[in-house]
Amino acid sequence: MNAKDFKVVNKSVRKIDALSLALGKPSFVADYKAADALYVKMLWSPHAHAQIKAIDISAAEKMPGVKAVLYYGNVPRVAHCTAGQGYPEPSPYDTFMFDKKVRFVGDRVAAVAAETPEQAEAAVKAIKVDYKVLQPVLSIDEALADGAPIVHDEPDATIPIPVPYEPKKNIVANIGMDIGDLEKGLKEADFMFDRSYETQYAQHTPMETYVSYAYIDSRGRIVIVTSTQVPFHCRRIVAQCLQIPVGQIRVIKPRIGGGFGSKQEMLLEDVVALMTQRTRRPVFWEFTREENFMTGRTRHPIRFRIRMGVKKDGHLTAFGMDALSNTGAYGGHGLTVIGCCGSKVLPLYHADHVHFTGKVVYTNLPVGGAYRGFGATQAFFAVESLMDEMAEAIGMDPLKFRQMNHIRSGEGSPVFEALGEGKKGVPMTIGSCELDECIRRGAKEIGWDQRGDWRDKTGRFRRGIGMACLMQGSSVPEIDMGAASLKMNEDGSFNLMVGATDLGTGSDTVLGQIAAEALGTTIDKIIVYSSDTDMTPFDVGAYASSTTYLSGEAVRKVAEKVKTQILNTAAEMMEKPVGDLEVRDGHVVSRDGGDISFTDVSLYSLYQKNQFQIMDTASHITHKSPPPFSAHFVEVEVDTLTGKVKVLRYVAAVDCGTAINPKLAEGQTEGGVLNGISYALTEEYLFNAKGRMTNASLKDYHIFSMRDKPPIKAILVPSYEETGPYGAKSVSEICINGAMPSIANAIYNATGARLFETPFTPEKVWRALQARPA
Amino acid sequence: MSDQQKIRFLLNGEPKEFQASANEKLLTVLRREGVKGPKHGCGEATCGACTVLLDGQAVYACILYAFQAAGREVTTIEAVGDFDRPHPFQTALVEEGAVQCGFCIPGMILSAKALLDENPTPSDEDIKMHMDGNLCRCTGYEKIEAALHKVIARNAKGGAR
Repeated sequence: MNAKDFKVVNKSVRKIDALSLALGKPSFVADYKAADALYVKMLWSPHAHAQIKAIDISAAEKMPGVKAVLYYGNVPRVAHCTAGQGYPEPSPYDTFMFDKKVRFVGDRVAAVAAETPEQAEAAVKAIKVDYKVLQPVLSIDEALADGAPIVHDEPDATIPIPVPYEPKKNIVANIGMDIGDLEKGLKEADFMFDRSYETQYAQHTPMETYVSYAYIDSRGRIVIVTSTQVPFHCRRIVAQCLQIPVGQIRVIKPRIGGGFGSKQEMLLEDVVALMTQRTRRPVFWEFTREENFMTGRTRHPIRFRIRMGVKKDGHLTAFGMDALSNTGAYGGHGLTVIGCCGSKVLPLYHADHVHFTGKVVYTNLPVGGAYRGFGATQAFFAVESLMDEMAEAIGMDPLKFRQMNHIRSGEGSPVFEALGEGKKGVPMTIGSCELDECIRRGAKEIGWDQRGDWRDKTGRFRRGIGMACLMQGSSVPEIDMGAASLKMNEDGSFNLMVGATDLGTGSDTVLGQIAAEALGTTIDKIIVYSSDTDMTPFDVGAYASSTTYLSGEAVRKVAEKVKTQILNTAAEMMEKPVGDLEVRDGHVVSRDGGDISFTDVSLYSLYQKNQFQIMDTASHITHKSPPPFSAHFVEVEVDTLTGKVKVLRYVAAVDCGTAINPKLAEGQTEGGVLNGISYALTEEYLFNAKGRMTNASLKDYHIFSMRDKPPIKAILVPSYEETGPYGAKSVSEICINGAMPSIANAIYNATGARLFETPFTPEKVWRALQARPA
Repeated sequence: MSDQQKIRFLLNGEPKEFQASANEKLLTVLRREGVKGPKHGCGEATCGACTVLLDGQAVYACILYAFQAAGREVTTIEAVGDFDRPHPFQTALVEEGAVQCGFCIPGMILSAKALLDENPTPSDEDIKMHMDGNLCRCTGYEKIEAALHKVIARNAKGGAR
């Protein structure tokens, strides 16, 4: 199929919920709260590591307006994992609704539900806790030191899949693979590099904080309206925690005020569900911004050792990555994020010998989670920085060096098979790759040829251009599943019901476009309803860059099935062979000029003869995770006196296959890029000596505003991925991975200073400038 | 409660009377009264999701005490356009694909409205300074800026109200 034949996909149709959101119509969790809902407030641990010797809730229980208090003494003790992943999870069951031990500043101690937030807050303050403060583990080195305090010494912490898990050593995961012999490859190289890189704690900071609302419906079931990326996983984990059947719970996902991975987590829902079960009252819990920082999920800080060997002609003989990740106090997503450091990065470049290890440790710091880019973001900083350094060492243009070594259509990588999610991966041959075209168009747009050499640059303010190449994936092959149902109405409109979870990305619109394309109708005829565990079929949810590629194919399949029902019904009505019929513009037309509308078909099927509901369901899993590819280019200006870096221009050229909605794909790219720039330059959790975050506020944790942003140009480079719906691959995650390495390389091009630690604050840049060889 | 008092102000053109305690914020009172357009994003006057207009000026409803609105005019997103007659900036945002999650968008629109009502053709620098108090994490602001420029270009051609 050719892109030019599309009628609805590959068109920038208006996002179907855009106007109602712009009008401020009630759409989000907090907008649905009943007036008589109880408010939850949590007592958070003030200590990074402590045993609760005694806790007294009796005074709090007697406070005005208090309806329930939860703590470890009055809830089920069920080891579980808050990460919203498939089942069984590739993450440890190391979390309890409430525990006798607290493991980071911001861990749960006890929860209060009261008539007003003020009453709940007052009752929280009346809870008396006697802590035995333990020595905290506040860094990777401390976690691995001999005789280190054990973060998870409880006997009931386990991992539900057969992988190494050694909590007594603070080790959450320990994985690796070797293809060939790294040492041999390094010996064969003309130039050998051994470099270390380290990234910082950072957060997604969606504008809507974590928020959940629960009530008991008229049949006594628990309904949870929640800001989640994973409604079905959320239902399963809440059922596990409350020890009730999944069928007793309904999870509804309304509009979500951004997630970026942070809401691939069951973080509030168990508490509001249990509170509503106990009080029989609606219960509402919304994090403050401070709580969102302190106890919400973060991007894992990761330390890398990268060893690479290269011949003078640019041939890579060795590519080794040793990654060491700090997952904080709980291990959800620890194994999978570290795995993606390898599986989403190493295959980008061919090398004779490839090596990977990934180790994840517990500390008494905030908890790592899923964050757009998912390990690839951190690893690409390290690898693309070193690719730049190697290109210079062999005297080759960094673009040519990458073009010489990157994976192409028709090629595979042994890494795909070697590294999966807690098990072996799935072998894959790349079907679509337009990375060369991304590089070519991005280089032209930024003016790569004008970048010059840092040695020729003078003055206080120096400009430089840097770039990075990237890949990601599209869904987790042979694990993730998405399903869709489609039902035809009397007026030729269709209800499309998907478990796929639009968290603001526009996936409802994209899936609607795919359905309209297959059905031969227009987007306004598709009524999309997403993510309600009672009403829509299953979907793993919005993560792993899966929605367009995986759920989109489920939608295409169900639309094809419904189209067949429409054609069969029309054949009966028109008394013509079905092979002579096709759908076009909301009608069924025959070769001999016959024409009936979808309305006629639907009215016939519902009311007239051989009545039935035109409707079907389809599910989809994939056997590939086709990577989108991207080349990012940036121009910066470095103030050599202060070390301040200003981003002047940014260009991101991306091959996401067919962009189902080009404007929305550009929007994903631009948003990811600015988040990446902000992460590269300013965003960082700061801690005091006791492990408490000291900048848990949007005033002190700076995310970029309109005034801070540089001009960002997104260039969509089309390719056609045969296994995706109408040629589509993913787009939303890859675009956050480029800013850190491309800015680092641009700083080098401007000044000759290399950065190995993030973020690139004026102080770090200034120190790197001073450390330059004279 | 003893500190409850009556507060009267014009809400979206209608005279209204609310009960509020002395330390209650305008955002809390508005949302309790069913005005859901202003959002709680940070509670510390930084993200701008709670933005409303107070006598035409963009303000953070999350830190403004409700009584500070007494006797004045409060405008929320509920009074800026509807499905049939959206504000030109609302239309432009939709056309440009600038609405992703949409949580920041009502505040963004009210800030822009305050700017455009005062100066229908602000400069790029004016825009950047004025919109600095409204954070968006989804879009990178690229398409929000494009939508604003679209409205301003139309205003410059004589379409200014």
